[in-house]
Amino acid sequence: MTTQTQQLQAPAAPVRRPPKSGLTGHRFAGPLFASPALLGLAIFLVAPFVLAVVLSFYRVQLNSPRPARFVGFEQYTRLFTDPDLAAAFGQALLNNFTFALIVVPVQTLLALALAVLVNRQLRGMVVFRTFIFMPLVFPLALTAVIWRLIYSRGDQGLLNALLGLFSGGTITSHDWLGDPATALGAIIVMSIWQSVSFQMIIVLAALQSVPAELYEAASLDRASKWAQFINVTVPGIRNTLIFVALITTIFSFRLFDQVYLLSRSGSVDRNSTETVMTQIINTGFDNNNVGQAAAMTVIFMLIITVIAIIQRAAARQRGGIQ
Amino acid sequence: MTTSTALKPRQRRGSMKRARRWQTALHYLLLAVVSLFFFLPVYYLIIGSFRPSSEVLSGLSGFVPTNLSFDNYRGVFDHLSSDATGHFGQFAAVSIIVTTAVVAGSLIVNSMAAYSFARMQWRGKKIIFLLVVVLTIIPFEAVALPLYYMFSGQRDTIAIQAIPFIANAFSIFLFYTFFLDVPGEIEEAARLDGAGPLRTFFQVVVPITKPAFATVAILTFLAQWGSYLWPVLMVSDPTVRPLPLAISIFQNQQPPEWGQVLAFGTMFIVPVLAVFLIFQRWFVASISSSAVKG
Repeated sequence: MTTQTQQLQAPAAPVRRPPKSGLTGHRFAGPLFASPALLGLAIFLVAPFVLAVVLSFYRVQLNSPRPARFVGFEQYTRLFTDPDLAAAFGQALLNNFTFALIVVPVQTLLALALAVLVNRQLRGMVVFRTFIFMPLVFPLALTAVIWRLIYSRGDQGLLNALLGLFSGGTITSHDWLGDPATALGAIIVMSIWQSVSFQMIIVLAALQSVPAELYEAASLDRASKWAQFINVTVPGIRNTLIFVALITTIFSFRLFDQVYLLSRSGSVDRNSTETVMTQIINTGFDNNNVGQAAAMTVIFMLIITVIAIIQRAAARQRGGIQ
Repeated sequence: MTTSTALKPRQRRGSMKRARRWQTALHYLLLAVVSLFFFLPVYYLIIGSFRPSSEVLSGLSGFVPTNLSFDNYRGVFDHLSSDATGHFGQFAAVSIIVTTAVVAGSLIVNSMAAYSFARMQWRGKKIIFLLVVVLTIIPFEAVALPLYYMFSGQRDTIAIQAIPFIANAFSIFLFYTFFLDVPGEIEEAARLDGAGPLRTFFQVVVPITKPAFATVAILTFLAQWGSYLWPVLMVSDPTVRPLPLAISIFQNQQPPEWGQVLAFGTMFIVPVLAVFLIFQRWFVASISSSAVKG
């Protein structure tokens, strides 16, 4: 790569050809090409990121006549010790971790199972695949609205009616979103419905890139289908599975749209579904406590960073082999 | 095969064939169950949008396509007919304008940056590119609140809904991986023809890396069309309200008109669904190439 690009940049630009525009004065072409995007990233990503750290050391409100006051680490210590805040923040963290703990294994395995299911030449497979991929294009806000109806309480709700049919009428009117015991589970199911095909497509691509010779060799050894799956398929897509598990973990911590929309409509139990993100928005936007929310943002960012570092390390561990 | 004269191997083949047929049948059954899980909510949305509101939430008969009419669609437009409620057409226009601006802008800006990183030599390039790669891990959620603090003066404008999402570290990285594979001879030929970097890029490199552009376009489109968090913070004026925020407000009306909510949702998703059905292969390809790892 370097040799080719060096040619492009060779200072021996022919003298007889004057530059046609400012940009063809090759010297600055590189930085100029990159600058619009870099400017955007600096203003809309780096600056607010730094600002979050700064604001977390202040007591500050938006449009407030009172000036921002430096309070050191107070926002952080309050998050973990102030009884009013700590309980709610701890609950939100716990909800995110619970969500991740369930969604990551379930969704990764489901993605694998679905990928295996559709990775076979069968007549009509295109149609099945289309059905399975469909939720992919559904915005989360719309997904939440549809599933809110599916989950509605009373025996008129679709899920209740369906369960009533199969259970012979023993389960008829459960309030899936309103009951603290099932609210998070209900949100998990709708989230999986919307996003599992994304992970499945990634796994499917990995499945199809496992060399066919490996399977041929395995079947010459009379390995059963299951043995082939365990000894050829799984090692072959191991890296992809790790990757999928980690992006799903990050998705779990970013959880916001569905929960915020449903809690706004009052149809979901708040305490058991509140996430770090919904709390950041409630604190910083609805209650205008920007400093406090900034401290939460920094903690949120630390969690994401740790996951991302694990992801890099896991990918690198095996990276040398391929 | 049914006769008693069948030879042993043939018999075995026959039973294997039968076993395989069972397997295939089971496979189809599983596929059908799974497809049903993914498709039923979509079906319910679309069918419900054509049925009277009173019959949307009526147990399993919610699935039965009876009493179909366009009343709910008319209802949506009647309901959203003042400046206080906003108009459906306005919501859609805002979403279309913002999404188009973000997709178009991000294709140009991020591809140029990626090209610069992948194919040009300049001082400080390596360290800056490394920074961009590090930035890919910052999700928008982490900067949403401070960004709102920075730009609260620009609330309720179209521009602030679009501009922050144009530059995207992950898109730069995706383009970069594609541009690495462009053969250097092509650029060299362009250079010998007297093309500067701009012409080389737009007339030579872009045409042979269309899949990269399709990938970024599709991923950006999906993220932007459903964008919800940023409008929650930045939009309170109904005239600049995008569709995801609009449906979240519309579904809260009292008393609820579920048929209308589903009609709103159908109009929100059907154009996208149509594009998806036509370009399904591209959608799938773009998602699987989003898994490229650093």
